[in-house]
Amino acid sequence: TYADFTPQATFDIKKCDLHKLEEGPPLQAVLTREEGLQYYRTMQTMRRMELKADQLYKQKIIRGFCHLYDGQEACAVGIEAGINLSDHLITAYRAHGYTLTRGGTVREIMAELTGRRGGIAKGKGGSMHMYTKHFYGGNGIVGAQVPLGAGVALACKYLGKNELCVCLYGDGAANQGQIFETYNMASLWKLPCIFICENNKYGMGTSVERAAASTDYYKRGDFIPGLRLDGMDVLCVREATKFAAEHCRSGKGPILMELQTYRYHGHSMSDPGVSYRTREEIQEVRSKSDPISMLKDRMLSNNMASVEELKEIDVEVRKEIEDAAQF
Amino acid sequence: MAYLRSILRSGKNAVPAVLRREFHRTLPAAVQVTVRDAIKEALDEELERDERVFLLGEEVALFEGAYKVTRGLWKKYGDKRIIDTPITEIGFTGIAVGAAMAGLRPVVEYMSFNFSMQSVDHIINSAAKTYYMSGGLQPVSIVFRGPNGAAPGVAAQHAQCFAAWYGHVPGLKVVSPWSAEDAKGLLKSAIRDDNPVVFLENEIMYSVPFEMSEESQSKDFLIPIGKAKIERKGNHVTLVSHSHVVSRCMDAAAVLAKDGIECEVINLRTIRPMDMEAIETSVMKTKHLITVEGGWPQFGVGGEILARIMEGPGFSYLNAPAVRVTGVDIPMPYAKHLEENTLPQIKDIVFSVKKTLNV
Repeated sequence: TYADFTPQATFDIKKCDLHKLEEGPPLQAVLTREEGLQYYRTMQTMRRMELKADQLYKQKIIRGFCHLYDGQEACAVGIEAGINLSDHLITAYRAHGYTLTRGGTVREIMAELTGRRGGIAKGKGGSMHMYTKHFYGGNGIVGAQVPLGAGVALACKYLGKNELCVCLYGDGAANQGQIFETYNMASLWKLPCIFICENNKYGMGTSVERAAASTDYYKRGDFIPGLRLDGMDVLCVREATKFAAEHCRSGKGPILMELQTYRYHGHSMSDPGVSYRTREEIQEVRSKSDPISMLKDRMLSNNMASVEELKEIDVEVRKEIEDAAQF
Repeated sequence: MAYLRSILRSGKNAVPAVLRREFHRTLPAAVQVTVRDAIKEALDEELERDERVFLLGEEVALFEGAYKVTRGLWKKYGDKRIIDTPITEIGFTGIAVGAAMAGLRPVVEYMSFNFSMQSVDHIINSAAKTYYMSGGLQPVSIVFRGPNGAAPGVAAQHAQCFAAWYGHVPGLKVVSPWSAEDAKGLLKSAIRDDNPVVFLENEIMYSVPFEMSEESQSKDFLIPIGKAKIERKGNHVTLVSHSHVVSRCMDAAAVLAKDGIECEVINLRTIRPMDMEAIETSVMKTKHLITVEGGWPQFGVGGEILARIMEGPGFSYLNAPAVRVTGVDIPMPYAKHLEENTLPQIKDIVFSVKKTLNV
């Protein structure tokens, strides 16, 4: 019965690499059963939603650009677990996962992807232009979202509401000039901004070694303190985000996080994703580092949930996605 | 009583007025204000009225503005509301747009609109398009202002007119004031407008004084965006212009009046949305149309007006082809006489009018 399950457990998490920081996030994370089930459900919903989008794209019901997030779920879910809905968040075009964690429903996301009036942006935005409260998209121009996010942080400070802005970008965007301009101003003006680089090793088809003279993205903020951590572990991401949020809210200014993660799909639906990386590499990440499997194994081996219970969630999620894709 | 009221309303402007008019018993209702001071008054009044309004740009605070437009504002409002930025246009424009998305009402100053080219991605992709592509969820209430177009001796990279570039974009409002009243009333409207507004000032006009009516000295004086003004009535030919070139048109009209040719000079005030109704109404009266601008000819403001006249009811009233007088199709040269000849001169306007009227 449910009463037999462990209500919470403590897990060791990997140490973060630190830049200009004396201390980092804690090396252990406490996970309650409720949290575990919620993270599991959200990550699974995200996963299945992206796979459904893949299907719909191949059926030509979704058109244009479609950048899928499967493999990176622990980033979006872990970040949201470390902040509040009253905080702000902005990202680039690989945004479906964040639209979900920031309050969008699967139905209105699918409707937007397929250009329906019931879509989040009434069908006028598409995959890259979805918005919710305190979520500023969904941005199509690489790097543009970074100064925008710092601007949101400026508004947070100006209005004095103790809110912060999480500002995401990829390893490809990390070389953009406007990001360095933003680091400068965010630091000068002590803006409550968490810069987060989702390093999935490839900017479109260009691996990090071929694009960046320094791939230590967590150090690229120079005078901005930084951490590098395992983006496939939802608990690691959550603890680091909490640490970063505390830093911002205490008025110390911006901080930078690099999440090491991986995308299973190519850059977008027009990219099979195997001309610049091997199928073996993709398969290895899937089998050894999948974020959903990692959480599932943790919960099962600590008796925090049963196999049946998780399967039930899977079934519910599948149904929710199927329903949302009915038009 | 009227005396007291005028002092109270016009504030500091009343003092020099009093000194000039000490022999008169009552103050004149209108005062002389430069375009620069009118812009500053607008900024000051809107900063005072709405806590969410703030200014940012290079040298706007301690330097008091590269062209002294923002003199005194930092002393009055402080660091939080008047922000000096590093020389990083794309970065600070993005930051301003982000702040607008989160509910503030920034006014971004470009030391010259030539530098806005570095920021154009944020003006267009982050600001102009967002309200539409978010299905109405995300407004961006922001003003981008600064000197646009020709300035004496600044040469090619600092003298381009961006009216046509920004006027091209759906989602932006583009305003181009001429007089001090224009500047004040339109800037206040721009700041209160929930859309992104590009506000094209001109350095040549900054020091030019204009009479400001009593009405325009009120803190709630607004000029609606999208409405042109007839600066001079006439029956023979319609001259449509914007920004500093309106002065040239007025001068040319005075010259032509000596030959008995009465020009109707329309000051566009707004580039987008353009007041075609005012132009049509005038053309139906005068039957002749000439557009006059400082910008380049190809794909310019004049080209747009002429195309719309062809498409609208005004066309059948024309007695001669509508034409445009523009800046010369070259990067602005430095040497004075070359520079002078690159912009529409009085003689160019006069020539064009006489040719159109076949006199």
